[in-house]
Amino acid sequence: MTKVFVPLDMAAKALGADKVAAAIAKEASARGFDIEIVRNGSRGLLWLEPLVEVETANGRVGFGNVKASDVASLFDANFLAGGQHKLGVGKVEDHPYWKRQNRITFKRCGITDPLSLSDYEAHGGGLGLAKAFAMSPAECVAEVTKSGLRGRGGAGFPTGIKWKTVADTPADRRYVVVNADEGDSGTFADRMIMEGDPFALIEGMTIAGYAVNASKGYVYLRSEYPQTAQVFGKAIEILRAAGWLGPKVRGSDFSFDVELRIGAGAYVCGEETSLLESLEGKRGIVRAKPPFPAIAGLFDRPTVVNNVLSIATIPMIFEYGAQHYADCGVGRSRGTMPLQIAGNVRYGGLCEVNFGLTLGEIVNDIGGGAKSGRPVRAVQCGGPLGAYVPVKDFDMVFDYEAFAKRDALIGHGGLVVFDDTVDMLQMARFGMEFCAIESCGKCTPCRIGSTRGVETIDKIRNGENVEANIALLSDLCETMKWGSLCALGGFAPYPVLSALRHYPEDFRKYSLPAAAE
Amino acid sequence: MPEAAAFDAARAQEIIDAHLGLEGPAMPILHAIQDEFGYVPEAVVPQIAQALNISRAEMHGVVTFYHDFRRHPAGRHVLKLCRAESCQSMGSEKLAKDFLERHKLDWHHTSPDGSLTVEAVYCLGLCAHSPSALYDGEPVGLVDGEKLDAIVAEAKAQ
Repeated sequence: MTKVFVPLDMAAKALGADKVAAAIAKEASARGFDIEIVRNGSRGLLWLEPLVEVETANGRVGFGNVKASDVASLFDANFLAGGQHKLGVGKVEDHPYWKRQNRITFKRCGITDPLSLSDYEAHGGGLGLAKAFAMSPAECVAEVTKSGLRGRGGAGFPTGIKWKTVADTPADRRYVVVNADEGDSGTFADRMIMEGDPFALIEGMTIAGYAVNASKGYVYLRSEYPQTAQVFGKAIEILRAAGWLGPKVRGSDFSFDVELRIGAGAYVCGEETSLLESLEGKRGIVRAKPPFPAIAGLFDRPTVVNNVLSIATIPMIFEYGAQHYADCGVGRSRGTMPLQIAGNVRYGGLCEVNFGLTLGEIVNDIGGGAKSGRPVRAVQCGGPLGAYVPVKDFDMVFDYEAFAKRDALIGHGGLVVFDDTVDMLQMARFGMEFCAIESCGKCTPCRIGSTRGVETIDKIRNGENVEANIALLSDLCETMKWGSLCALGGFAPYPVLSALRHYPEDFRKYSLPAAAE
Repeated sequence: MPEAAAFDAARAQEIIDAHLGLEGPAMPILHAIQDEFGYVPEAVVPQIAQALNISRAEMHGVVTFYHDFRRHPAGRHVLKLCRAESCQSMGSEKLAKDFLERHKLDWHHTSPDGSLTVEAVYCLGLCAHSPSALYDGEPVGLVDGEKLDAIVAEAKAQ
């Protein structure tokens, strides 16, 4: 029986993967071929989706951008034996985009059937948990600290230190909360891993629970990912039935369960305290910190709040050992980062690499430049709260500190590429507008500042006192940066200030006609 | 999209009661109510408030905080168009503007025949295939005018 892989990833589905799978099944039965269709996750070579793979004697051979209407011709070309076809991309693992990666977090994503526990175990699943169970909880925390893992949600806080705080705080119960409210434009790594290797996230949560002595874990997933919720919900049921969740996890004395909760379209709920409020059933209003969630989190109990990627990496840190992970990367940015390359880019996708590439290598070498064929003008790094980086700064090294030094942030590893048709005043305006739409309303700089920001940018565009209004806008940004309660208001100025600094011509052109009069 | 049921207070109570064992049940209840009736009816707000032992004002606050919870029924089909940065980099704003004008639609409005509600969404995680959309929960990548016109036609037909 030949195995044919057709991704169930939402990005593949968005381009007709379900229809392709159905067409392959139909055509195979009509032609009398015995095949098994596996709905795998995505390999992350997203510009090739739907990427159909066939398992052959020489490895897995891929066919990119397959449409249902191509299926008959694929059979004509004997694709089940790896035959030549115009959509063929050869052995996927020889593809340059794949070969340059160091897949740790995403090691199974795209390769296995995400909902097959035997497949998971055949690819190392469960080894991390077994190693953790062989250690004491305190040793587990120390292992995470040693790995150098930092929060992948954007803040980059050392995960081990957070866990230690939770474990050391006296309480009657503790929680593990996974932040899957992946709202940043240009990011999709959480979605991909939850669809492509959901067991890894649950295994990571279980290790976290064991390490800090928590018996309950929540995953707060955004509502914009309905398909992810389906896959992940099934994954929880499968692990419960198999005894990986519930009382006596895998025959141990440790009990742990996971529940999936769905957000309701509020971007601010990606901020950890707002997320906790939402989980408790309240308005998603940000809390003042301290106390930090590690001390008083969900229902006032010590709570590990970590991003999906941080937790999904945990099983591999234990499987390979903390040192293996810490040996990758540069400076204080250890390990790998799943980059998400998106927007106006030729080879958009997910590429997991060690920290330390330059931005230029990422955008031009991996991403292949702008999809439109025009010159790249700006890259927004780290979502709607991240700075716009101009081409002259493409020598910037991808690590937390190097970015921070130039007033930029890595965030969740998303990069959105813009070509030279982009109007940076408009993008700055959008940054403020988005903040105004999504502000929780608790603190004044964010709630009022964002709306005033939109108005001030409109005045600049209308040519009203351009220089004075640019100064006012910069001043407003400083107030928001330092006066806001959380990262939404505190970082919303970054795209605006970076646009002002690097693309002044897009703001000052409106003052020219007035000067000419 | 499955047909939404007409509001029924007894059914709503069943839904509320089924969730009371959860920690922090408000969000799961609101989602289940909206799944059943297609929106969160005004009448259900005091009902939930009573079950959770909080004030009506607090419950009203929760419902109105989140963009997803509708106060009125949507059309038979819902199209969510992404307006975030990645989609903007591929011309989503002009695409959406032209589309809305062409079909006399508007953001967060339902077409007069009740077939289609158009909503803005900020990122669907399909950013390598911008512009993107979600039609009745199904993802659509590399959206163009042709794909949008086909969706309008399909919505009208069903």
